[in-house]
Amino acid sequence: MRVMAIVKATEDSEASVMPSEEMLTEMGAFNEELVKAGVMLGGEGLHPTSKGARVSFGGSGERTVIDGPFTETKELIAGFWLLQVRSFDEAVEWMKRCPNPHNEPGEIEIRQVFEADDFGEEFTPELREQEDRLRQQVEQNQ
Amino acid sequence: MEREDARRAIDAVWRIESARLIAGLARMTGDVGVAEDLAQDALLAALEQWPAAGVPDNPGAWLMTTAKNRAIDRIRHREMAARKQEQLGHEVELRARHGEPDLAAIADDEIGDDLLSLIFTACHPVLATEARVALTLRLVGSLTTAEIAAAFLVKESTVAQRIVRAKRTLAEARVPIEVPGAAEREQRLASVLEVIYAIFNEGYAASGGEELIRVDLCEEAMRLGRILVGLAPREPEVLGLVALMELQASRFPARTGAAGEAIPLLEQDRSRWDFVLIGRGLKGLERAEALGRPLGPYALQAGIAACHARARTPEQTDWERIVAFYDGLAAITGSPVVRLNRAVAVGMAFGPAAGLELLDGLSGEPALAGYHLLPAARGELLERSGARKRRQRSSPAPPR
Repeated sequence: MRVMAIVKATEDSEASVMPSEEMLTEMGAFNEELVKAGVMLGGEGLHPTSKGARVSFGGSGERTVIDGPFTETKELIAGFWLLQVRSFDEAVEWMKRCPNPHNEPGEIEIRQVFEADDFGEEFTPELREQEDRLRQQVEQNQ
Repeated sequence: MEREDARRAIDAVWRIESARLIAGLARMTGDVGVAEDLAQDALLAALEQWPAAGVPDNPGAWLMTTAKNRAIDRIRHREMAARKQEQLGHEVELRARHGEPDLAAIADDEIGDDLLSLIFTACHPVLATEARVALTLRLVGSLTTAEIAAAFLVKESTVAQRIVRAKRTLAEARVPIEVPGAAEREQRLASVLEVIYAIFNEGYAASGGEELIRVDLCEEAMRLGRILVGLAPREPEVLGLVALMELQASRFPARTGAAGEAIPLLEQDRSRWDFVLIGRGLKGLERAEALGRPLGPYALQAGIAACHARARTPEQTDWERIVAFYDGLAAITGSPVVRLNRAVAVGMAFGPAAGLELLDGLSGEPALAGYHLLPAARGELLERSGARKRRQRSSPAPPR
């Protein structure tokens, strides 16, 4: 199964405070462990929301673009890993071993990734095709 | 801590730590069977103590220390028995001279070598392929005997017996637990890759009720392959095998229809292919090619799979490139099945007639006599050539 481990933002990460060299070294070692254990599928760190934006959807379909930064710091995302593990608990155990990504209290949230089959009947072949075609295009444009 | 929580935590720790634990113990004791017993002892101790005391901060180190203490206990027992029989021989003398710190000290940087040694040992050519597969899944994949049995649709007792016999064979043949030297390395690595691909194919070939377990088996094979890439990052065939598995697995969501029927590659809904795996597979293949050494059979097959993965529609498939990969593959393996596939690719790249000509050359091949894909390939190419002729004969439709 695949899980995403989501690093939540902190005051520092939102303020673009770069991690210490010690932290980078520790995180590098942790990443290497994930790779060597064969569980790492990918992962990225994100710029603070001051460089981000939101598209907000109204009830009747209207769209509004809101530029960052956003205020609810602890709910924001600062980075993620995509992992292949054999159980959800394995992912939890891995993240317990992660060095604290920031120099202050923070959180890593762990979520199971939907596989196409998890959507069941609601996800019709047409919808699935649309979604997957999009993904494939994104992939091929990389 | 709740008992159930503790059990789940121990299970997760075990999945992460057991291969490295067994690998370190195997180096200490020189016997994978003894190593696994010691690791199991440590697991039992964890199951006894962690629910009450909590999971230690460094569970891997805890398990290793516990297992090492059991190992030292065992050696002392043996020594006492030896003394009783007044056989204070060489072994004890040697140990007295060297002391015991070499037993106690396992440096972190050796863990990688230990794990690689364990993989090479579990995949040793002295064992039959099915024994290698079972032992690798057990020692390196940390699957239980029951899990292996379920995945391979055989009885648990059969798997248990296979593993016991494999360990005995390794001990009797005095197989050293080490990374083979340069002279042996290529052949031994081929043996390891064969085991990993056998595990993958067992999962890939399956269909029907056991689907879920089988997908897990493919994921396990990919995980083992990625571990091997981490341990031996400059081996193009290791990278090639992982890329091949990832590219093949990327088609999982598209290869069966609603009624469970198999859908051939060229008819698959490509929008359902798994883009994460395709991206990884293509990158892995690039890494293999960048090493600048001639590509082996796995990397060449990955190259073929990559040509399909890159094509958004079947019409965009680079068949000429596929033919080139088949040329390489045929030169290495000389397999008539490869030549058959090459003929089909030639037909797709240069027109059905060219493919049919090559197929005619294969019709006398004894290895392909009765091989159902030969007439199937001929039929396919004939149909395409018929369709082409029909198209050429008919006048273009008037524009509407």
